[in-house]
Amino acid sequence: MNAVPDLKFLAPGQDLPVRTFQAEPVQLFLYNAALWNADRIHFDYPHATAVEGYPALVMAGPLLGDWLAQAANEWVGEAGVLCSLEYSNRRACYVGDVLRSVGKVKSVDAPSGEVVLELAILNQRDEVTTPGTAVVRLGRR
Amino acid sequence: MTSVVGPELLALIGKTAAPQTQLVTRRDICKYSVATSQRQRKYLDGDEAPPMFHVALFWPVLPLEELSDNGVAIDPMFPDIPGRRPMAGGLKVAFQRPLKPGDELTATRTLTNIYSKLGSNGSLVFVEVTMNVVDAAGELVLTEKTTRIMK
Repeated sequence: MNAVPDLKFLAPGQDLPVRTFQAEPVQLFLYNAALWNADRIHFDYPHATAVEGYPALVMAGPLLGDWLAQAANEWVGEAGVLCSLEYSNRRACYVGDVLRSVGKVKSVDAPSGEVVLELAILNQRDEVTTPGTAVVRLGRR
Repeated sequence: MTSVVGPELLALIGKTAAPQTQLVTRRDICKYSVATSQRQRKYLDGDEAPPMFHVALFWPVLPLEELSDNGVAIDPMFPDIPGRRPMAGGLKVAFQRPLKPGDELTATRTLTNIYSKLGSNGSLVFVEVTMNVVDAAGELVLTEKTTRIMK
């Protein structure tokens, strides 16, 4: 995973580890099954493409949000807690895409231990599909 | 100029859905953790729920005949605005504590705001629904604000 973040050495601009996700249909199926989400755009290829006009099966928006949460949560590890996450689904992602989560430190408040992280999911064309912001607090669990 | 968000839409602010209570189980945490490619053992073993697990916990479970033809569970909290198509907006979640197996959680959803903005291709209507989740002791465990954009 990554080294434990330490407030003494953190500064705005520092990168979080990058993680790659292959958008594939088995995971998409399991995710929507876990939710109980039967939206055809996620599993019915003829419907998604011919009826709704998408180029392929559509990845579930909240799954991308979860990957952002993981980027922040894995980075903070046992050194603190994830306090909040905010994101928006700006651009659809599709089965076959190669996605990656990225992030960087936006601000550090040493007295409170609060660190704001800028996060994003990018596709294989380096387009930001899902920008987000997380607040983590170091030093308290 | 007539406002895009008229009094009949503004009157929906404050509308609340019936509270929904769900039990957190280890098996559901395990399923969610596998489906989201979690890498931390506590999540994969179901000892603790990943932060976004509540999305699955409170997803609506409706009879088949109540799903739309395209398989979507229509959320009655979001108004149907003639001539406008809903698009995914964003989500904002504030976490108070991790969820664990055995937690009995109650979610209450309220339509908290409707407003419009002028986009590059005309007006957009934003609808915000806020969900507060409390545990069996009544302590707040998380708050989630969902924004849907009506184009």
